[in-house]
Amino acid sequence: MTLTLSEEQSFLKDTAKKFAQEKTPTTHFREIRDNENPECFDRAIWQEMAAQGWSGILVPEEYGGSNFGLAGIGVVLEELGRTLTPSPLFATSVVCATILNKAGNDSQKKEFLSKIASGEVTMAFALEEGPRHKPFSINLEAKKDGKNFILNGKKNFVIDGGFADYIIVAAKTSEKEDQLSLFVIARDVEGVNIIPTTMVDHKNAANIEFKNVSISEKNLLGTQNSAKEIIEETLDISRAALSAEMLGGALEAFDITLNYLKEREQFGEKIGSFQALQHRAALMFTELELCKSCVIEALTAFDEGSNDLQRIASLAKSKIGETFFNVSNEGVQMHGGVGVTDEYDIGLYMKRARVAEQTFGNSEYHRNRYAELTGY
Amino acid sequence: MSNLDTFRQETREWLEANCPPEMRKPMTADGACWGGRNFKFTHPDQKLWLERMGEKGWTAPTWPSEYGGGGLNYDENKILAEELFKIGARPALASFGLWMLGPALLEYASHEQKMEHIPKIIKGEIRWCQGYSEPGAGSDLASLKTKAVEDGDNFIVNGQKVWTSYADECDMIFTLVRTGPQEPKHNGISFLLIDMDQPGVETKPIKLISGKSPFCETFFTDAVVPKANLVHDLNKGWDVAKNLLQHERKMLASMGLGGSAAGGKGKGKSGSGLANLSKKYVESSDGKISDEGLRQKIAKSDMDAHAFGLTLRRASEEAKNSNHGPSAATSIFKFFGSEHNKRRYEIMLEAMGTQALGWEGGEFGPEELAVTREWLRTKANSIEGGTSEVQLNVISKRVLDLPQ
Repeated sequence: MTLTLSEEQSFLKDTAKKFAQEKTPTTHFREIRDNENPECFDRAIWQEMAAQGWSGILVPEEYGGSNFGLAGIGVVLEELGRTLTPSPLFATSVVCATILNKAGNDSQKKEFLSKIASGEVTMAFALEEGPRHKPFSINLEAKKDGKNFILNGKKNFVIDGGFADYIIVAAKTSEKEDQLSLFVIARDVEGVNIIPTTMVDHKNAANIEFKNVSISEKNLLGTQNSAKEIIEETLDISRAALSAEMLGGALEAFDITLNYLKEREQFGEKIGSFQALQHRAALMFTELELCKSCVIEALTAFDEGSNDLQRIASLAKSKIGETFFNVSNEGVQMHGGVGVTDEYDIGLYMKRARVAEQTFGNSEYHRNRYAELTGY
Repeated sequence: MSNLDTFRQETREWLEANCPPEMRKPMTADGACWGGRNFKFTHPDQKLWLERMGEKGWTAPTWPSEYGGGGLNYDENKILAEELFKIGARPALASFGLWMLGPALLEYASHEQKMEHIPKIIKGEIRWCQGYSEPGAGSDLASLKTKAVEDGDNFIVNGQKVWTSYADECDMIFTLVRTGPQEPKHNGISFLLIDMDQPGVETKPIKLISGKSPFCETFFTDAVVPKANLVHDLNKGWDVAKNLLQHERKMLASMGLGGSAAGGKGKGKSGSGLANLSKKYVESSDGKISDEGLRQKIAKSDMDAHAFGLTLRRASEEAKNSNHGPSAATSIFKFFGSEHNKRRYEIMLEAMGTQALGWEGGEFGPEELAVTREWLRTKANSIEGGTSEVQLNVISKRVLDLPQ
C-alpha cells in the first residue's frame, strides 16, 4: 500500500482546494450561520459540487458515479474541512452512499445512488440514541405488521437530519440485541417528527421521533436482522472519511496559528520567537505529521482492500481526534484575547473539533476498540 | 518478467546460497557484528556472512558501486530488505561507519578520501566511533574546544571528547575540532578523521545509571593526524557535522520503534508486545487486560508506534520521489521516536510493578532485569544525538520558520 497520492488524486485535491478557497472560504460558513439558514448549507454550492462529480465519487459508474474511491472523496473532504465548508457530502455521499452500496437492491440503488450522484437527493443516517457513540445499543423498534413495518422510537444527533430528503434508520427487529435492520424513509412520512438541533459547530443535525410510522417492507435495505455488519463497515469507511475532514480542519487551525505567531508582537518582539510557544508549535507539527500518515493509510486501506481496516480506521479517528482537540485548544490560547472573539476563525475550528470528535466514536472509544482488535 | 522480478529472483537465490545457517537464527543481545581490526567473531558463520555481504556491497546496498557499495536503487533496496527479512537474516554488519560517517563522506569527502575509507566501512574492516560532544559542549555543540594546530603535513590534536560510544573497541574516530579559534564559533570548526592506534589517544569507559555502558571519554594529547584526513574545507566542518547529525538522528529515530513496528507493519492483529508483557503481571480475563487505565495507555502507545511506523514509511516514499537525503524534518522522527520509547518503558514498569525494579540477583528473571536496565538506558534517548529540546528548536526554526 502506498502512502502518497496518485497523480489523479493530487489533481482532485488541488481542484477541491481551489474550489474551497474561491467559493467557500470561512466567510461562506459565517454567512450561512449568521443568516440563520435552517438548512445550514447552500444548495447552489452543492449543485456545483455535484457538477464536479464529488457527490458521486463513491457511486459505481453504472449508477452515474465515478467510483473514484475513498481516497478520492477523502482529499475533497480534507480541503473542504480546511474552510469548514458546510455540505451534504459526508452524510449523503459517504455514509448513506456506502450503506446503499452494501445493502441496497438493484432498484434501490437505481433510485437513490443515481440521485445522490446527480445531487438531486440528500440523505441522513439515523443511528445514535444517546449522547455518546453506542452504535449497537438500539431501542428504536420496527415491528412486522403484514407487509409493513411499524417504527417507534427516537434518534438523536442525526447529521444533516434537518434537511435530508430521506432518512436511513437503524432499528431493532428482533428480541436479540444484535439483530438489526436498516430502513430508508422519506422525511415527510406520517409519524416522523424531525426536530433540528442547533449545534455548537453550526452544522446541521436533528433529533428525530418515530411514532407508529408505518412503512412498506420495500423500504427495508438488505435482509432483515442482518444489518450489524453493514453498519460496522459503513462506520469504518465514514470514520476514515471524517478523519480526512478533521485533518483538513486541524492543518488549517495550525496554519492560522503559525501565521499569527509570526505576525503578533509583544514585548517588542514577534511572539513566535518565544521558545515556550515554539516548542508547543513544534509538538503540534509533529503530531500532525503522524496524523497525515494515519489518514492516508486509512483511506487507501479501504480502496486497496486491506484486511486490517477496522484497526486502521480506529487508529486514524483516534489520532486525529486527539490532535484536532489539542491543536484547536492551543490555537485559541496562542491567539490570546482575540482567540476567544467570534471575529477570528480559530474558535470556529475548536467548535468543529469537538463535534467531529464525538461523531462515530471519540479517541477513547477507538483506543478501546483498537486494543480489542489487537487482542487485549 | 520485469527487471525487478528478475532482481528479486536472483537476490533470493543468492541469499539462499550465501546466508549461512547460524546467521538465520534470531538476533541475540551480543550477536551484532561490529567489524574492525580487533573484533572477535562469535561464530565462523558471522565472519563468513560479513565477508560475503561486504564483497557484494550489500552491507551498504544503496552506496555507489564505484566505492564498493551495492549500487541499488530504491526499489531494489526495498526488495533486498524484504528478502533478508523473509529468511530471518541477521544484519551482516552494525556500524557507525555505515549509519553516520559513510553518508557524510559520500557527500563531503574528496575522491581519494572516499576510495580510502568507504570500502573499509562497507567490508567492516575499520570500526568507527564518533567524537562530537565535550564536557563543556553538549547541546551547545559548536562551543567545542578540542584543538587541532597545523604542523607541517599534520595536525596536532589536544583536548577531550565524551560520549564516544565503543571508543575502547574502535579503530578510528571522526571528530569535530577547533582549527580557527579566532573565528565566530561555527566557522572555526573542522571535521577530522583520527586513527586511535597511537600513544596520543586514550579512552576511559563511563558507567551509567543503568550500569556498564559502551560510552567512553576519549583524551587527545598531542595526537598526530595527517592533513589528508581533513574532510571538506578547513573551518567548514560544521556543514559536515550537521549533515552527519541528520543521519544519526534518523538512525536513533528508528530505534524508537524497538524494531517491532518498523516499516509500519506493526505486529498487526496478532498482538502487542506491551500487552503480552503486561498480561503476565496484570490480571486479565478473556485475554483482556483488566486494569482499564493501563490498557488505555498501552493502546495509545501501540497506536503511536503504528502511526510513527507509517510516517517513517511515508517519508521514505516521499524521499524516493524527491531524491533528497534526510533533512531538518529528521528532527521530528528523532524527537518522537525517543520520547515514544521512553513512554513505552515507563508503561512496562507500571505493568510489572516491583518485578521491574530489581537491580540484580536470582529473584528476578533475566528478562525482568533487562527491562530495568533498558528503562534506565532509555533516559538517554532524548539526550543523545541532540536533546528533545534541541530537536524542537530545529523544527521551530528550520521547518516552521519561526522567528529567531
